[in-house]
Amino acid sequence: MDNLVELENVSFGYGTRPVLRGINLTARRGQVIAIMGNSGCGKTTLLRLIGGQIKPTGGVVRVAGQDVGGMDTEALYQLRRKMGMLFQFGALFTDMSVFNNIAFQLREHTRLPEDAIRDMVLMKLHAVGLRGAADLMPSELSGGMARRVALARAIALDPTLVMYDEPFAGLDPISLGVTGNLIRRLTDTLGLTSIVVTHDVQESLKIVDYVYFVSDGVIEAEGTPEDIRASGLPFVHQFVHGEPDGPVPFHYPASAYAQDLGLAG
Amino acid sequence: MTSLLQPLARLGRRTVEGVSRLGYAARFFLAILLRSGTAFGRFGLTIRELYFSGVLSLIIILVSGLFVGMVLGLQGYETLQTYGSEEVLGVLVALSLVRELGPVVAALLFASRAGSAITAEIGLMKATEQLAAMEMMAVDPIARVVAPRFWAGVISMPLLAGLFSAMGIFGGYLVGVVLIGVDEGSFWSQMQANVDFEEDILNGFIKSLVFGVAVTAIALFEGYDAPPTAEGVSGATTRTVVTSSLAILALDFVLTAFMFRGVS
Repeated sequence: MDNLVELENVSFGYGTRPVLRGINLTARRGQVIAIMGNSGCGKTTLLRLIGGQIKPTGGVVRVAGQDVGGMDTEALYQLRRKMGMLFQFGALFTDMSVFNNIAFQLREHTRLPEDAIRDMVLMKLHAVGLRGAADLMPSELSGGMARRVALARAIALDPTLVMYDEPFAGLDPISLGVTGNLIRRLTDTLGLTSIVVTHDVQESLKIVDYVYFVSDGVIEAEGTPEDIRASGLPFVHQFVHGEPDGPVPFHYPASAYAQDLGLAG
Repeated sequence: MTSLLQPLARLGRRTVEGVSRLGYAARFFLAILLRSGTAFGRFGLTIRELYFSGVLSLIIILVSGLFVGMVLGLQGYETLQTYGSEEVLGVLVALSLVRELGPVVAALLFASRAGSAITAEIGLMKATEQLAAMEMMAVDPIARVVAPRFWAGVISMPLLAGLFSAMGIFGGYLVGVVLIGVDEGSFWSQMQANVDFEEDILNGFIKSLVFGVAVTAIALFEGYDAPPTAEGVSGATTRTVVTSSLAILALDFVLTAFMFRGVS
């Protein structure tokens, strides 16, 4: 089957407050997909739905043909062994060294001898260029290094799907380029499918195959990076060019300014 | 009318919230018990936590035990000599410690030293998405992180209370016998004759076991339930110490009422 992840008319809300409405999204095998949108638009919620951390209130989320929303915990855990996730700030286990962070899943889910685990961990670390940092603790890493270690940890069990929550947030320009290239390179060499949630337009348009724009809980636009750059849609234009005002207003909704200042007649 | 009803509505809302939180805590406690397989199957995980909550609490427990025992020695001698019965000083020190002060004070110290550390650690693991990351790796955080800490707390609490009492008796001996000069023979022999294994030591042990369950469960729940912010974690840590301390004292009264009825 060509599509690894499919969302069909998916809705989600907390209580009565809707977060996502009528989302249709597809990620084909081997693709890097970006989900973009302003802060708080529901991007991370989409990842949580795909990972089964929350269940949709409407529609179907399918990963490898299986309905994620209808799974029990055991089935979900089985599915998650084929998924990797890079959290926003790495979410490395702070009481473990870099080596043990990567070895964590191998030790939890396999009965491999320690020699084999060591080799596998070093290979993953080598892939992200941090073999020399194996003995460091997470507190000794820079933000960019922590992100790369988390990436190595996400691919430790050779997953088929890797999700990235804001992988570029808070990185310096060099680390930004390194992380972007790693996502593309690992996807191609390991045959992964990657879903990147980000608001870093320029960096992600360089590496992704397809982009979904989410605004206010719905998909506003979608297309290849070329389509997006050429898009005439006001929201996409504002987002890609970083304009302060437009369809996404600069001002938070408020009563009339003059009235607030007591100048209204 | 509305303003009159408002406090009532607030009270109602708080009660409902409190009951629902209590229910959530009970389910959490049950989940720990049901998912304790890993804590025993891979006992190394529990041993590691025993080091953090037990071994690292040793200094505060031993030093406090020594001083509490020394104070008991002084105060006890002061009172007993009025009646000319200073030879029972050993009994007074030992019974006070083994029945009450050992389990209770050790548990209070354990709540503030290890309990707060557990809450802060679990709360920060949640705030930095480490628990969510674990779930996404198909590893159950309750089985892998929470249960080993729970059993480590339950195991270490009676041991710490025992050490507290032993150190306290030594402190009482130092003050009573070495410093003041109470007869050493009667200090120990009276203690040996009047401290009963079942009535005193075993009951003290049961108390500390119950306190261990209460303190560790409260600390873990507060950490797991903490809002994932700096403010949330600090509030949860405070709540752990306050709630555990109150729970220890309340449980102590209930247990004492059951255990020492009619015991002379």
